[in-house]
Amino acid sequence: MLTTTAPGLDLEASFEQALQGFGLSPAAAHLLWLPLPMVLVLVAAVVGVLVNVWLERKISAAVQQRIGPEYAGALGVLQPLADGLKLVFKEDIVPARADGLLFTLGPVLVLIPVILSWLVVPFGQHLLISNVGIGIFLWISLSSIQPIGLLMSGYASNNKYSLLGGLRAAAQSISYEIPLALAVLAVVMMSNSLSTVDIVNQQTGAGILSWNIWRQPVGFVIFWICALAECERLPFDLPEAEEELVAGYQTEYSGMKFALFYLGSYINLVLSALLVSVLYLGGWGFPIPVEWLASWLHQPIDAPLVQLITGSVGIVMTVLKAYLLVFLAILLRWTTPRVRIDQLLDLGWKFLLPIALVNLLITAALKLAFPSVFGG
Amino acid sequence: MNIASITQLICFVALSATLVLGALGVVLLPNIVYSAFLLGGVFLSVAGLYLLLNASFVAAAQVLVYVGAVNVLILFAIMLVNKKENLAAIPGLGLRRLLSGAVCGGLFLLLIRVAFTTPWALPGPEAVGEEATIRIGEHLFSDYLLPFELASVLLLMSMIGAIVLARRDVLSSDVITGELVDQGLIEKERTPLLLENSPR
Repeated sequence: MLTTTAPGLDLEASFEQALQGFGLSPAAAHLLWLPLPMVLVLVAAVVGVLVNVWLERKISAAVQQRIGPEYAGALGVLQPLADGLKLVFKEDIVPARADGLLFTLGPVLVLIPVILSWLVVPFGQHLLISNVGIGIFLWISLSSIQPIGLLMSGYASNNKYSLLGGLRAAAQSISYEIPLALAVLAVVMMSNSLSTVDIVNQQTGAGILSWNIWRQPVGFVIFWICALAECERLPFDLPEAEEELVAGYQTEYSGMKFALFYLGSYINLVLSALLVSVLYLGGWGFPIPVEWLASWLHQPIDAPLVQLITGSVGIVMTVLKAYLLVFLAILLRWTTPRVRIDQLLDLGWKFLLPIALVNLLITAALKLAFPSVFGG
Repeated sequence: MNIASITQLICFVALSATLVLGALGVVLLPNIVYSAFLLGGVFLSVAGLYLLLNASFVAAAQVLVYVGAVNVLILFAIMLVNKKENLAAIPGLGLRRLLSGAVCGGLFLLLIRVAFTTPWALPGPEAVGEEATIRIGEHLFSDYLLPFELASVLLLMSMIGAIVLARRDVLSSDVITGELVDQGLIEKERTPLLLENSPR
């Protein structure tokens, strides 16, 4: 078998042990622990968005041979912060004939599922909020709530462009969810588990060679295309196609409500990139397994210092892989034209769906034929 | 009573309250769009109740199927045919409401009685938890194989039916008897797109 389960850092156990050392009951220690990873991940998600916005500005400038932001902080790193502050201070307008309640609830419903999905993103063996058994399936089902928020804001804006944008967004997101789920299913079939930690562990046998991208190249491409479509990134940003729909479902939004959409779409992009790296690029795995490195350096793998280094390398590798994919997404956004709505639906239903089904079938056949390589 | 059971109780009360109020809203609100959105909320709270029962796979499937597919399609249908028309007043509306309210109330009392008189085996069977996916898979491929396959055939039939209804190509003669089709029955009676000379 390829799976080797390294013990790794277990911050939760050490934290609770430390608190129990102060004389707290185990339940109270657990209660004190619970909010910490959630807050940490929320902060990580928001910082990820800030980095993302800065990258988007800088890379788009480089693509178009401009300089981009340069006055706000060194190399303009504070520009996203300035953008955010501007949105905070803008007036929060609800259009006169709009439905105030649904208008407010829409952006919230778009953002919450995206943030909840960070629950299953692992940065290390024990470095995730919750290793729920249904792992990746939770993300798929949570991302299906989003279209409701989009439809809600499109309807409540009382504007034909908003309604059309909302309908387009919902149509796009439900049609690309199917090939996406089928691509994930092929990976799940190989690792015999829905849990994201197990999926990564299954890829840690021989470093870079055991990553799923070599065993699932078609699945990787399908997943990436569908993830871009789910995030409404540029080859597929029809719901907010400026030339046709003003700004789609966001047309009437301003201030913090608009900021929620903005935040949601960028958190979703980072999340998708993280999940691609978890599913296909070995998650927190270093290209050369750390166990081999430790044995070459004659260090025991469970020494505290080695574990600390392993954990840090894991986080760095996850974030690095994710941001390489984000870079790819930004480059795609500024270099490719938008597809038409009929082309988008054709691509999803007539091309990606059959290919994803065939990919699933072939994966099942290969798993039966070569159980040692494709997971037994 | 420890922290875990208190949390569980609070969650149960909150979820049940949203479930019942949301369901009442779905039925009673005059605005059909609000009803549809509330239906999504009802499905979500049912998923929450499944989570409380330690059935996370069923909860996620509930969200995926009912919120992500069924409810979105309902909303789609409502928003694509959003005709603003004043419905003609139905005669005797008050009486109708009274009668349907009485029927619902009677049904409710009956269900309450059943719930209180049934000897429930408490505590119920142990939750399988993380093993659930494996157990569901085993059942789907052994004793529930036939219903599962029949359901898929049913879905296929309805899908083909929907495609036939949605396509506007109409044959000029009946496939079985060979008689000419009464074009007046077809919705676009003036220029029915015949299959022979449709520009494809």
